Amino acid sequence: MKITADEVRLTAELGRLALSEEETARLARELDAILGYMEKLAAVDVAGIQPMTHAVALDCPLRSDELGSQLTVEQVLSAAPVREGDLFQVPRAIAHDKEAP
Amino acid sequence: MSWHWQSAAAIAAAVRSRAVSAVEVARAHLDRIASLDGKLHCYLRVDEKGALLQAAAVDAAVARGEDPGLLAGVPVGLKDLFVTAGLETTAASKILQGWIPVYDGTAVTRLKRAGAVLLGKLNMDEFAMGSSNENSAFGPVHNPWDLERVPGGSSGGSAAAVAAGLCAIALGTDTGGSIRQPATLSGVVGIKPTYGRVSRYGVVAFASSLDQVGPLARTVEDCALALEAIAGHDPQDATSIDAPVPRYRDQLGGDLSGLRVGVPEEYFAEGLDPKIATLVRAAIAELARLGARTVPISLPNSIHSLATYYLIAPAECSSNLARYDGVRYGLRIPAEGLGEMYQQTRAAGFGAEVKRRIMLGTYALRAGYYDAYYLRAQKVRALIKRDFDRAFSECDVIATPTSPVPAFRLGERTADPMAMYLADIYTISCNLAGLPGLSVPCGFVDGRLPTGLQLLGPPLGEEVVLRTAAAYQRTTRWHERRPPLATEGVA
Amino acid sequence: MNRYEPVIGLECHVQLQTRSKAFSGASAAFGGAPNAYTDPYTLALPGTLPVLNRVAVEYALRMALATGCTIRRLSRFARKHYFYPDLPKGYQISQYDEPLAERGKVEFVLDGEVRSVRLTRIHMEEDAGKNTHVAGAPFSLIDLNRAGVPLIEVVSEPDIRSAKEAAEYLRALRQLVRYLGICDGNMEEGSLRCDANVSIRPVGSEKFGTRTELKNMNSFKHVQQAIDYEIVRQSQLLDAGERVVQETRLWDAERGSSHTMRSKEEAHDYRYFPEPDLPPLKIAEDEIERVNALLPELPIARRRRFIDRQGLSVYDATLLTAEREIAEYYDQVVAAGADAKKAANWVGSELLRELNREAKAIGDCPISPIALAELIGLVEEAIISGKIAKDVFAKMYGTGRGAREIVDAEGLVQVTDPSAIEAVCRKVIEANPKQVEKYRGGNDKLLGFFVGQVMKETGGKANPEIVNRLLKRLLS
Repeated sequence: MKITADEVRLTAELGRLALSEEETARLARELDAILGYMEKLAAVDVAGIQPMTHAVALDCPLRSDELGSQLTVEQVLSAAPVREGDLFQVPRAIAHDKEAP
Repeated sequence: MSWHWQSAAAIAAAVRSRAVSAVEVARAHLDRIASLDGKLHCYLRVDEKGALLQAAAVDAAVARGEDPGLLAGVPVGLKDLFVTAGLETTAASKILQGWIPVYDGTAVTRLKRAGAVLLGKLNMDEFAMGSSNENSAFGPVHNPWDLERVPGGSSGGSAAAVAAGLCAIALGTDTGGSIRQPATLSGVVGIKPTYGRVSRYGVVAFASSLDQVGPLARTVEDCALALEAIAGHDPQDATSIDAPVPRYRDQLGGDLSGLRVGVPEEYFAEGLDPKIATLVRAAIAELARLGARTVPISLPNSIHSLATYYLIAPAECSSNLARYDGVRYGLRIPAEGLGEMYQQTRAAGFGAEVKRRIMLGTYALRAGYYDAYYLRAQKVRALIKRDFDRAFSECDVIATPTSPVPAFRLGERTADPMAMYLADIYTISCNLAGLPGLSVPCGFVDGRLPTGLQLLGPPLGEEVVLRTAAAYQRTTRWHERRPPLATEGVA
Repeated sequence: MNRYEPVIGLECHVQLQTRSKAFSGASAAFGGAPNAYTDPYTLALPGTLPVLNRVAVEYALRMALATGCTIRRLSRFARKHYFYPDLPKGYQISQYDEPLAERGKVEFVLDGEVRSVRLTRIHMEEDAGKNTHVAGAPFSLIDLNRAGVPLIEVVSEPDIRSAKEAAEYLRALRQLVRYLGICDGNMEEGSLRCDANVSIRPVGSEKFGTRTELKNMNSFKHVQQAIDYEIVRQSQLLDAGERVVQETRLWDAERGSSHTMRSKEEAHDYRYFPEPDLPPLKIAEDEIERVNALLPELPIARRRRFIDRQGLSVYDATLLTAEREIAEYYDQVVAAGADAKKAANWVGSELLRELNREAKAIGDCPISPIALAELIGLVEEAIISGKIAKDVFAKMYGTGRGAREIVDAEGLVQVTDPSAIEAVCRKVIEANPKQVEKYRGGNDKLLGFFVGQVMKETGGKANPEIVNRLLKRLLS
């Protein structure tokens, strides 16, 4: 399989990473090499094997429905890059075509 | 008395008996950091004030006749992946630079409760992604044994700081070898416990199903001590194992008679530096001399571990790193629209390796590729685990090299991601299977570059791994050698 | 219009009324000062981890069992990824290919008939925060109080065939979650939310048409209007030889129309994968039995019982089962000895009217079921008349005093002694000779006048049947 620059762009879009043309080209090469190495997994016989999602098989523990320690609003917003009163402020979502890199 | 070479066990005993004050020990370490760390760059942040306050509190507790805990007055360094209330935590990434957490993680809380003195935050590969510490956004760490070489990664700062006497114990994290590989390259002991043995609460996540916290120290005994302090069930981590924590420090004695040591030939194949192969085989022979019986075993699916790991870990990383979006904390690059803000912030905040893994992981999880990549990798992961289950019916502990190569030169492998990934070839399957693994120094390549023996145990088999390593360390002297740079420093 | 058959499926989000959030100890209360109900997990601070709320699981189980779903003994959480500022982690913890429950049904009454809509699945997930666009400003503001509140998503099969049916299904769902005590069903506040998938196909066709997804409908009325609008819109497109485009449309209640939603995210690829921070959720058999045993009698079953066993009218049975608390109140009145039909009249008319006037919940009703049964008993035993009973009821409601107490204190006991009543009747007849003449001349309607006069003289206490009988005899 060959990873194209378009595949890289679409993937970067999903991961919200702005890439330069040079980065895009480099990542296409690198991902191609890395995923090429992964191709060898295709040859492994995994018929009937259950996927392993956790390193150790445990049951999901349940927490009692109680309030834990809460943060003060100042603590909540202490690290906010931009705030407006007690709210986090973000640029408004605008039409998608303007968002593309 | 040069406290910086003392073991944690010795320091705690001395502090408890008031032979030395915790403040004095902390001061000695802080001075040594000030004089040596300019060359090594182990610490991203030294918390002098906090350390001295904690040390004074330990001394006050001793003065009141109280027991300050297992690690009374022991100077500890924390990989900068550990969330520390009031102390900047960056994961060595620009995207988190300046973040002052409002909470302490569980391991940090437990260290404090055990009387440890936290000296500061240690350098690492950004978000724990790397095998050389060259991926730190704040500059690499230099190997104390050779300043031109890498200390390994991602817990490179942790390993180098312990090796150079800049702390008695360091906490690291290990997702694919990030404790054991730098421990090997820097000539110290490091243990990655069973997945779930130590809480991940308050550890910046890289790959959630693989990440595990563990200590690095100069002796096996100190690792056991530190592990005892931090291990155990935590209701704040749903993947934490609810099983009692043994007194690891009491399990280290005795010879190895009756112990079956499995040796997988797959781990001595092509790619292994022959000098390391010789040293590791000699170490295994030493285990036999101590009473162990070696058993040839086979882990046939190990050959797939690297490919499996580099699908699962990046997939989970791409997900875990989605929260760095410039909204609630960390870096934000101002932009007109929301989408632009996200993309510019993340482009500026993440380094090249982190971006590469986000891309790889995002790709592997995409709708059309999930079955072929992520899902298949999880099935192969099950096969790898099955190999170990079978092997542990034939042996009690598995012995392998930790790293195929000794410390390499800074810049030597940065151009080729695949070459760098191969540095983790022997450590990865242990994470995939969730097993405990330890690396103990077992000699020097060309007499100057340390290397290590890796010991793997069955789930919750920390004791057998520690006991084997402790027995080995009692009859060998590798761990007593000090790096040349460090011995020139402040006494 | 009738050449097309609408095919509708609903996806409803039900906020579970737990004290704390789905995966952390922050308050799950509605409202609150901005960002007051947050903790490190809600903020997605690095290093935080989810721990599942036991009560959220129990509530989800209640709903799953009440709708007859099959419960997965092992279900899994999964991460659903998308970037939006109200989603702090960049993913939502949800369930994907192994949900908690599957294959259930919701029953409700449509035009007098019991209808059943099949459920595809019920799964657990966490809510997002709130993103407020400030009119005219180039930015939005984020409040994370709602982020992490536990939800269940109830997904129906495309079994619904009209907008009205969709609204009835939704009403039944709301009634059910309120019966189960897991959600207040408040659509305005968003504790119950609904998206609709709508397509149409030529009548008789088996193949589904292209569907659109409707959002932003926050009342039953809006759901019905939006679906009706969409059915007409799609019909017109097909009639004009055009095609329906698969898209998400937002309902604009003010304009009474829907429009294509500007996509907040062009490339929809949620990249689901199993949540590594949460082991699979195991539901033990005895847990299912325990929750099942605690389920209340459900609305449809209760309604059936009221009709079949208590002999109530369809209207009364429907009215009295609308809310679990009213139905239980009614059951208690009957259990205290009141006649089933009379109790239905009292609860359904007098009591609900009073409560509605004050917008009071039945839990705050000043008249206990036992007290109401006592009042009904007094009428039944002819101790007071029905008319007096209404006055007594008003006094009971206003003061909280018992029926017997009021009747005794105010001397309201009905006069049933025929000789006493006859004396009053004679007095009234003597006082109204002209009316007597007319009555005897054939104007039967005047009997009512005489009855009224007698009742007035006795302060309403005379037994009306005896009054009637005596007057007829004396006037003839």
